[in-house]
Amino acid sequence: MDLCDKSAFELAAMLRRREITSVELTQSVLSRIEQKEPIINAFITVTEETALKQAEAADRRFRSGKKVPSLNGIPIAIKDILCTKGITTTCGSAILQNYVPPYNATVVRKVLRSGAVIIGKTNMDEFAMGSSNENSAFGPARNPVNPQYVAGGSSGGSAAAVAAGEAVLALGSDTGGSIRLPSAFCGITGIKPTYGRVSRYGLVSYASSLDQVGVLGRSSKDCAMLLNVICGHDRMDSTSADAKKPDFLRSLDRGIEGIRVGLPREYFVEGIDSRVKETILAAVNLLAENGAHVIDISLPHTRYAVSAYYLVATAEASSNLARYDGVKYGLRTKTDFADSGQMYEKTRREGFGKEVKRRIMLGTFVLSAGYYEAYYKKAQQARTLVREDFEKAFESVDCMIAPVSPCLPFKLGEKISDPLQMYLVDIYTVSLNLAGLPGMSINCGWADGLPVGMQIIGKPFDEQTVLRVGHAYEMMAGKK
Amino acid sequence: MEFEPVIAFETHVELKTKTKLFCGCAVSFDAPPNTHICPVCTGQPGALPVLNKKAVQYTVRAGLALNCTINRKSRFARKNYFYPDLPKGYQISQYELPFCQDGYLEITTPDGSPYAVGIKRIHLEEDAGKLVHSSSSFESSEYSLVDFNRACVPLLEIVTDHERNPLRSPVEARAYLEKLIQVLRYLDISECAIEKGQFRCDVNVSVRPRGSKAFGNRAEIKNMASFKAIMDALGYEIERQSESLRSGREIPQETRLFDEAKRITVPMRSKEDAPDYRYFPDPDLVDVELDLEFIERIKKTMPELPDQEAKRLTEEYGIPRSEVLILTRDKHVSNYFASCASQTRDRKKLSRWIIKELFKLLNASGIPIEKCPITPKNFSRLINLLSEGEVTDTMGRSILEEMFSEKVDPQSVVAQRGLKPIQSAKVLEDLVDQVVKNNPDAVSKIRAGETKPINFLVGRVMQKTQGRADPKVVRDMIAKKFPSRQKSGKK
Repeated sequence: MDLCDKSAFELAAMLRRREITSVELTQSVLSRIEQKEPIINAFITVTEETALKQAEAADRRFRSGKKVPSLNGIPIAIKDILCTKGITTTCGSAILQNYVPPYNATVVRKVLRSGAVIIGKTNMDEFAMGSSNENSAFGPARNPVNPQYVAGGSSGGSAAAVAAGEAVLALGSDTGGSIRLPSAFCGITGIKPTYGRVSRYGLVSYASSLDQVGVLGRSSKDCAMLLNVICGHDRMDSTSADAKKPDFLRSLDRGIEGIRVGLPREYFVEGIDSRVKETILAAVNLLAENGAHVIDISLPHTRYAVSAYYLVATAEASSNLARYDGVKYGLRTKTDFADSGQMYEKTRREGFGKEVKRRIMLGTFVLSAGYYEAYYKKAQQARTLVREDFEKAFESVDCMIAPVSPCLPFKLGEKISDPLQMYLVDIYTVSLNLAGLPGMSINCGWADGLPVGMQIIGKPFDEQTVLRVGHAYEMMAGKK
Repeated sequence: MEFEPVIAFETHVELKTKTKLFCGCAVSFDAPPNTHICPVCTGQPGALPVLNKKAVQYTVRAGLALNCTINRKSRFARKNYFYPDLPKGYQISQYELPFCQDGYLEITTPDGSPYAVGIKRIHLEEDAGKLVHSSSSFESSEYSLVDFNRACVPLLEIVTDHERNPLRSPVEARAYLEKLIQVLRYLDISECAIEKGQFRCDVNVSVRPRGSKAFGNRAEIKNMASFKAIMDALGYEIERQSESLRSGREIPQETRLFDEAKRITVPMRSKEDAPDYRYFPDPDLVDVELDLEFIERIKKTMPELPDQEAKRLTEEYGIPRSEVLILTRDKHVSNYFASCASQTRDRKKLSRWIIKELFKLLNASGIPIEKCPITPKNFSRLINLLSEGEVTDTMGRSILEEMFSEKVDPQSVVAQRGLKPIQSAKVLEDLVDQVVKNNPDAVSKIRAGETKPINFLVGRVMQKTQGRADPKVVRDMIAKKFPSRQKSGKK
């Protein structure tokens, strides 16, 4: 096992004991990148030079004997949707291929302050729109488990990097499942915190009311470490919550004796691959054997979730993506244009990919006069119903367990020509974004050589329980 | 058939907050281009808006002054459209749930009676940037440059009601705009400098047969850069629409532009071409909930409004109404008066001297009162010298001129020029005798019953004393010399 394959928690301890240096660790990660990238394509930008400088600085901090911050010297990959000052931030789009932000996202600032080493910017579906990472202008990220398979999306690059040892930890974003799905597909752990738990400042908006920054790692513990660093209220984000900030590592070992786990029956019915279903139910049984009370619950409005999600998300996206007009930054068409209107048209035609255009058009339609009430307003009403379902169900359970995806990872090209089928991959993840709830994907087994992800859903601002259940499962399944 | 217009204004007022509406950049009107910008106000990917609390306070202040209902819950919405000066491709504005609605502003109509102009809503939004064209117009320019200093500066949009107490004539329209500017300046929330783009109007006009309840199709007129342009556009448009109706033509609902050169309005786009702004609540901002305490605090710290001040000046100081209207027309004048009033006792004299004497000097030099070289303190000193009889009015005027040009205090002018008034009756008597003796013509005319030559003799004495005599005393002395004419002499 190379250094780059170890858990962040273990590496942090080794660094602290001065058994290894951050430069050694970073070099281990960089050489893995060199070895794997030609196939995996997890990164859009690798910041080798600055990474080594940051690693040296981290080592100096260790040598100084002073107290070092929590992630000092740990190599982290950042999804290319988070603004990094001076480092190209493309969002997986041709329209931003040359965009260098003049500022750092709040989470990037926090990660840097924690002493972490930024290894590069990871591949993603363009503007986070996609479930397979095939919508990237820079080619798809491939699944390290089997490169014929998709890594999942949209944070496919972050998940693939962590799974392949091309990073120890990664930041991602989740609008409808974009952290959980690739985590499940690549067999790692990824958590989308409660909406408002982590600042969105500097996270390039896809759908503002659904977007949330989260973390990807090799275990619940690793995720807890990084979540400790990035969460908290931010004055720069009006939607960030001024909630109490617990130490997510501290509550990890409390066990699950007596914990009430809900199984939403709507998540285990038609459409789910039986291999996925069985693997998850086996994991649930293991939890039950170890003291968890498994309770059957119902989320009756689940069937509206995907439609509501695609109406709200595309509506917000159509407005959020209006700023890419060729005036201020990013791509401007090289062809002739007669007026500014034509410049917009050509720039956007050349700069955006197919799926992004599809969602902009859908969203524009949804918000149009005469349709707003029928679609956008309705979707918001459905959203309220979905949220109320969870509120009610959480009266009798402490967390819920569900599949992440109805299917196993699929091959590249398998679903890309059928957007509707692709949208249905999100069927178990979008509800959490609509309701703003925290959700984590952990690996709960394998089927036909492919990983199966289990989703742990928590109450608002109760990531602690989610992480605790995940950690307990990892322990009892002998995973870590 | 006689037609009457129905006029409704959408006025955009730039608030004078220190920082922009959704970011920490300074608000500045004459800074070099793109020097007050940041990721937020240039619409960088990932940047998010955070509401400026001061702007909300100012909005509520305006709402209270315009007698509006202050909504306890307000919401920002996105107005989506593409334009190169609009960094995000949408403007953060308000649609449902504006901060204030259903108010009125009282104006005085030409016949002197009050009229409460209906205010439909007041909402808060961000301004766009400014385009600088390489040629005279956008269309003919090879390129245009964008200055984002103004982007995200807070704008108050004040909309008058076209149904409930609408404006019914250009004269009322003018009175409304003047009153609105006056009130906003009193509230200290905007300079309302039209030439700086701090006060911009779009106006909706329709005409209908006088007495009719139904409304005609309206035209929205844009692009008026001055008060005169607004009035010219209104006048032209009312005439154009009336003429159309008279000749039986339909008036389409449309947006028109005011042509600055030709002083006419021209079609810009029809109702069918009106853009769909696809308003929806801005998900980057949360609903603004105003608690009663917040509103009460603003109520308690409301500055005095012009009508209230006018009433107070009349009732407390006994200043004539004609003067009060002048003092309260412009907040800067009122401020100057107020600064002086606290340091003088004779407020009537103060008012008269500001309006009669100080204005004369200000007008002649083209200096606005807020830049007056005479400090309120020094001006008050002069008024005090006058009311204590230390200097005469004539001397006062001359002292004032010197204070104005040399920026000195009145006492030093008095001391330097030896301008102590002549108090001694003996000295004055002698001078009067001398003047009477030397002007036999005037004397004989007075004896013949004329009064004008008395003024002439007073003038001679004042000239000899270089204004140091009290003209009233001198007049009395002269009058006494001609007992038969005493009555008319005193007139």
